[in-house]
Amino acid sequence: MATKIVMEALSPTMEEGRLVEWKKNEGDAVAVGDVIAEVETDKAVMELVARVAGTLIKQEVEAGATVPVSDVVGWIGEAGEKTGGKTEKVEEVERVERVEEGKKEEKAGTGEKPEKAEKKPAEEKAEEQPAETKAEKAEQEAPAERPASAAGERVKASPLARRIATERGVDLSGITGSGPAGRIVQRDVEAAKAGPRAEPATAPAAASGPTGRTITFSGEPFRDEPLSQIRKTIAKRLVQSIGPIPTFYLTTVVDMERATEAREALNALGEGKVSFNDIIMKATALALVQHPACNAWWQDDHIRYWNEVHLAMAVALDEGLITPVIRHADQKSLREIAAEAKDLAGRARERKLKPEEYTGGTFSVSNLGMLDIDEFTAVINPPEAGIIAIGRISENVVPASEGLEVRKQMKLTMSCDHRVIDGATGAVFLRTLKRMLENPLAMVY
Amino acid sequence: MPTLTYRDALNQALREELQRDDNVFLMGEEVAEYNGAYKVSRGLLEEFGPRRIVDTPIAELGFAGIGVGSAMVGLRPVIEMMTWNFALLAIDQIVNAAAKIRYMSGGQFGCPIVFRGPGGAALQLGSQHSQAFESWYAHVPGLKVIAPATPADAKGLLKSAIRDDNPVIFMEGEMLYNTKGEVPEGEHVVPIGKADIKREGSDLTLICHSKTVSVALKAADQLGKEDIAAEVLDLRTIRPLDTDAILGSVAKTHRCVIVEEGWPYAGVGAQVAYTIQHEAFDELDAPIERVTGADVPMPYNRALEKAAKADPAKVVQAAKRALYLES
Repeated sequence: MATKIVMEALSPTMEEGRLVEWKKNEGDAVAVGDVIAEVETDKAVMELVARVAGTLIKQEVEAGATVPVSDVVGWIGEAGEKTGGKTEKVEEVERVERVEEGKKEEKAGTGEKPEKAEKKPAEEKAEEQPAETKAEKAEQEAPAERPASAAGERVKASPLARRIATERGVDLSGITGSGPAGRIVQRDVEAAKAGPRAEPATAPAAASGPTGRTITFSGEPFRDEPLSQIRKTIAKRLVQSIGPIPTFYLTTVVDMERATEAREALNALGEGKVSFNDIIMKATALALVQHPACNAWWQDDHIRYWNEVHLAMAVALDEGLITPVIRHADQKSLREIAAEAKDLAGRARERKLKPEEYTGGTFSVSNLGMLDIDEFTAVINPPEAGIIAIGRISENVVPASEGLEVRKQMKLTMSCDHRVIDGATGAVFLRTLKRMLENPLAMVY
Repeated sequence: MPTLTYRDALNQALREELQRDDNVFLMGEEVAEYNGAYKVSRGLLEEFGPRRIVDTPIAELGFAGIGVGSAMVGLRPVIEMMTWNFALLAIDQIVNAAAKIRYMSGGQFGCPIVFRGPGGAALQLGSQHSQAFESWYAHVPGLKVIAPATPADAKGLLKSAIRDDNPVIFMEGEMLYNTKGEVPEGEHVVPIGKADIKREGSDLTLICHSKTVSVALKAADQLGKEDIAAEVLDLRTIRPLDTDAILGSVAKTHRCVIVEEGWPYAGVGAQVAYTIQHEAFDELDAPIERVTGADVPMPYNRALEKAAKADPAKVVQAAKRALYLES
């Protein structure tokens, strides 16, 4: 029996995709994993791959057509086999919904009767494959958390845990169960509600606040901190004033003489180019390690302080922009950051990034210096709490110990979510960053 | 409030009911001249005379049948079984006559009778005299089954049992007769079918009755030392079951251990567990645990007998399983 090829949700927010080009023609043999077509999503050009082996019997849409997610675009089966046409989409939609737990309920109500009961087991099995893969992709959106069970596998949870999860809209498939054989029980759902990796209440670390503490690598990717009353009040009042993200801005002038020297010396080694942007990103990552209060996500009822630095960098596209993420930027050498940034920016412009490459940042950097902008304010990319805007490096006359001198200077402006970062918190972070850039040796000190 | 033994609380209930209603009478082996094998009927012959307090031969089926017949014509007999082990000889009268006569006579005959006596194991009485039969009688439609744990409940429930218009199986405990507790004087009636929270808690529910109430309370003390708040729910009546009380407690704690003296197979706990999973499925965070007597004839050997009984350590262990603290 022939198996449908459907338009898959290739990005988290994708509702429809444009089938750019068929990579297989009708009558071609396809193996599992073969690229059948290229699909342009709202974010990138992605590959639609075969989930079953056989012959591409029919292309239901022409190249260039825009197709809603879950609609049939073609059929794989045995050569000459009959296909079901384009109308059999409802069942597939339902299947996707079951996996994604009610993400788009309105679509199910199209009035057509699902044919599930009449399906033969063999077909059911073949059709489950795409759905599973989709769910895995969806899971990858969450950058760090590894879910307990693969999609499609039965999630074992106590009846109470299931009820609480339903009431609070918690997705059980993303929770690791602590009961026998991984059973999810009440405490697991409640911990997940507070944040998937909340520290046990007995942990002494819970007592100390985020400020004045540098990231210690405990093995946990982040630490969820419940909101204190003062944080709740700050969040509530400031959103009334500037909302929904009460942003404030901090600007500092950075002397870039030494950074310029350092960059020239490094590039003179002839082992690949390092840009100012790379140096600033490296310094930002290291400064965040010292000021984890700025390396955090606003999560409405708690703040997630990350123990890992995933630095997002804004890359301009012909149309719009995208923020590829350098993971664990604090642990990478300048050379690694330079290489990775170049690769990510290049593929971003070709719109070839995978969703996991442009999601999950913990802090952002945006640079318009190369476009001769002196200074600007960048817009925070939630749930991140801060972004650094980098202006151009200019030569300015400044007071020296004797008389005046001309020095290379650059303005950094940090946008802060006041619900997470207070003025002084942002200021000390920015001061650290400034010192690192003014004395690049501080980065290895 | 006066402190009485369980034995004297029963005696008080019998005396008050004998005084209140001339149709009430007590019959059984050694209840009159000997003041009862366990002295529950002490002084009753003296006060009420041989018409009301009747000694019988060792013939359980016979005097159970006389009791059922007298109840059918309007008396309110209290039939004492020296122990429930001996009532096996009378079970035809209890199950086939007492439990069914109202139904089979189309309501023409009632059967307001109480069968009472000690059940369960005492100490080294051997297999044949160490049996808890609550679930046997609770299985039978037409019978009510009561198993009080405290002197106050014993008094209040025996009075309710005697006043009830249906046959009531009233199970006491040889090991309970000497236990003491405060007992309200005079008209103290505990309704049949009402469980009682003997200790409040929020982390899990220990459901128990009769002798296992003290087992559960000891276990709750031990759990309390580990900051686990166990609620102890005394069923008091096995049938009709106080479903509301059980579900209310489980809705609060989400975890449950059922403790009983009898054997596990088709025991009281099996029925309670069914009720909980059916009526409170979405409240459960863990499988319901049971602690019962071992599934063997009770050993005579002292150490083996101890090992075969439900005890606080076993309850603590089961509680920790239900709390996912131990596997």
